[in-house]
Amino acid sequence: MTSDRIEDFERSAHAHETSTVRTVADEFEQALSAAVVPPAVGASFPLDGISVSMDITTEPSPEQIREAQTGVTPAGLGIAEYGTIAIQSRTAGDEPISLYPERHVAVLCASDIVPRMSDAVEWLETEIDAGHDSVVFATGPSATGDMGALVRGVHGPKEVHIIVVTDR
Amino acid sequence: MSDVETRRRTAEQIRTLLETEGESVQKNTSHFNRQQYEVTENFDQYEEARTRARAIKEDAIEHLPELIEQVEDAVTANGGSVYIAEDAADAREHVADLVGDATVVKSKSMTTEEIELNERLSQNGADVWETDLGEFVLQVADETPSHIVGPSLHKSRDEIAQLFNTRFDPEEPLQTAEELTDFAREYLGERICEADIGITGANFIAADSGTLALVTNEGNARKSAVTPDTHVAVAGVEKLVPSVGDLEPFFELISKAATGQDIPQYLTLLTPPVGTPTLDFETNDTLESSNDRAFHLVLIDNGRLSMRDDPELKETLYCIRCGACSNSCANFQHVGGHAFGGETYSGGIATGWEAGVEGLDTAAEFNDLCTGCSRCVNNCPVKIDIPWINTAVRDRINQAGDDQFDWLVEGLTPDEEGSIDARKRLFGNFEMLAKIGSATAPVSNWLMNARPTKALLERTLGVDRRRSLPSFERETLRDWFDARGGSDIADPRREAVLYPDVYTNYVHTDRGKAAVRTLESLGVVVHIPAVSESGRAPLSQGLISTARARATSVADTLDSHLDQGRDVVVIEPSDFAMFQRDYERLLPAKEHERLREQSYEMLEYVYGLLANGADKDVLSRGEHIAYHSHCQQRTLGLETYTEAVFEDLGYEVVTSDVECCGMAGSFGYKQEYYDLSVDIGDDLRSEFTDVDGPIVASGTSCLEQLESLMSPRVQHPIEIIAPDNY
Repeated sequence: MTSDRIEDFERSAHAHETSTVRTVADEFEQALSAAVVPPAVGASFPLDGISVSMDITTEPSPEQIREAQTGVTPAGLGIAEYGTIAIQSRTAGDEPISLYPERHVAVLCASDIVPRMSDAVEWLETEIDAGHDSVVFATGPSATGDMGALVRGVHGPKEVHIIVVTDR
Repeated sequence: MSDVETRRRTAEQIRTLLETEGESVQKNTSHFNRQQYEVTENFDQYEEARTRARAIKEDAIEHLPELIEQVEDAVTANGGSVYIAEDAADAREHVADLVGDATVVKSKSMTTEEIELNERLSQNGADVWETDLGEFVLQVADETPSHIVGPSLHKSRDEIAQLFNTRFDPEEPLQTAEELTDFAREYLGERICEADIGITGANFIAADSGTLALVTNEGNARKSAVTPDTHVAVAGVEKLVPSVGDLEPFFELISKAATGQDIPQYLTLLTPPVGTPTLDFETNDTLESSNDRAFHLVLIDNGRLSMRDDPELKETLYCIRCGACSNSCANFQHVGGHAFGGETYSGGIATGWEAGVEGLDTAAEFNDLCTGCSRCVNNCPVKIDIPWINTAVRDRINQAGDDQFDWLVEGLTPDEEGSIDARKRLFGNFEMLAKIGSATAPVSNWLMNARPTKALLERTLGVDRRRSLPSFERETLRDWFDARGGSDIADPRREAVLYPDVYTNYVHTDRGKAAVRTLESLGVVVHIPAVSESGRAPLSQGLISTARARATSVADTLDSHLDQGRDVVVIEPSDFAMFQRDYERLLPAKEHERLREQSYEMLEYVYGLLANGADKDVLSRGEHIAYHSHCQQRTLGLETYTEAVFEDLGYEVVTSDVECCGMAGSFGYKQEYYDLSVDIGDDLRSEFTDVDGPIVASGTSCLEQLESLMSPRVQHPIEIIAPDNY
């Protein structure tokens, strides 16, 4: 993993109205608490050696998801070319958690950043073979121009923030 | 209804739309279009991605029956159901059975518009909500979409605010786009949480895994599909591709083409039933297991499998519904899909869709609005030759029509068999008119532009009396050329055939003479053979057989010249586009290729001569010039040669960037389209209002449009640069 690729990813993400921050596993919790606006709901983190002690409701009820200010989920992949992240459909509820709250905080391992869309589609094919067959490639906050001007935050989040864990 | 009455009604409808929807449509489509040019310009793999996308679609449509079988197996194995609906009614009934009187949230789907699903579901007592904000606006306003991608883009913010304030009566009146969006998000958010069933379309379906791809910016497709425990997806069979791996070029292209975004906000891949837990807001238990999810895929034929067997309509099935053809179309930019569209689909590609799924009658209602300007051609991400589909359908409409003024215009071959609209014959046979007009000039010119003649032409053939008709020269270009003894210069560097198109030969002979002088002064021996009209005139009226006969005649005449290694130089861009593009459909491949390779647009040729050492000092110089290229010339990427030659000669060039002048051949002469043509022309006029120096235009129709709108003398670029003292 070159830092160039992280930089490319960050540049593209910023161009799509997404904020990013870099951290290492040891300092992850600080980065997370700085990014979260409570109340927060979250899907479990499949990251080695990372525990989260702050107040994020995992296994939330539908109402908690609706009322949360922030939804925290892992990202399965990042695409440097577009600043896109892949949110996988898991039983932990990544999809609604990333969609309903106004703020989405995604956790992305630097080693999961690929350069281009073509790499992401290759990854997708292997994921489908492994039975993980539903995923969303999300780029920036949700948006619409249907009301006469560009507005962010339509059915999905108004703000997207990505925490890039550089030593994972 | 008589022809006169039909024309009057069409003109009235167009005028109304220009006044009510024109402004919003133009603002939005032009914005998308500008962005599209910018984003594709910056995307290195644009052409490569288009080539791949095209190949994947060709292959998928070729193997469609196998893909249908495959997806049935895959979805069934995943635990879902698949239904193949023969037609719209079949699809409607099936979905109505699945839904019953449930509460439904839908994401945007043109296919459900095609089968008029909402009305049917409501009959059963189902509560149906459109969650795409544009579709929601239309649902509230009880209107139909006017654009494939932006269904409500004909409505302004003010109109939407007024609509919402009247319908929902909020405590504080809604005003800004943000307030309107927040309100709709909140309102529809509740509908989504309550809903029993989510209905979506599908942009693509991978046959081997049963994976659906949905493209949105709002996030409503995902929310609608995964919040309720039942998901129904409705899609045309042509949405199938072999596997997810085939989707990559489409992921790259679809938003670039549609709205000029480099990537959509959400590219959703769902292989239902999905693993996402269901959200039951009523019980409010923690997230539930996803085991009780249900999924139904409804694949619709509704004419598509027949389109697959139709050599002309087949390409329509490659369409990915991005709307790029609409956005790049000057006519669409001004009136939108409520004029330029049928029962469901709108814009350039709509003729193919409507002819295929609705029938020729529906397609005939708006087919004329494609002027064949070809600006959509390079914008189509799957390289569909949209103008050709429109021409082919026009040809079928011609064959199906009948007309009372047959006797007025004779001489078309072989399309004259049958009963083709007299006006089409008039415009399609302009060469004969020009011959007679020239032979009898100037009397013919006095007569043609006399008030009684114009009134008669308007009444019988619908030629708008406000238009000036071409003024024919008594001495044709070829007569002049023969009289001066042809071309004879010392030490020629090349030999060229100057193609005497009808306008250059009979009407604008000055530009022909300027071309001869320029070519000779740059060391080129010129030939002007007796050669037929290119076939452009009949082709634009959908008279394909006649166009083919003309093309064959042109190729035969030019054959010996090409054998001798002569270049073919063409002044009129629409004729040049025939040689380059359209002849591919009209001539044997070898003949077309030879002519394509050996022919040049006038200023492209001059540019080439100068680049290869010809002396530019013989040409005329100047300071400022306003230049309007021709739409077909721009599609071929040729306007840069004219600009470069002018710049080389010291000119400062202002080039127009409107898609088309609005005249587009015979279009602007037609009574029912006069207002639209002038409205489009006005954009061009406003670009040139404040420029210094003469105005030049490459195409005859552009020149006529500019002269009628601005009343300056407009010339072809070759007349400006031709040597003064030759």
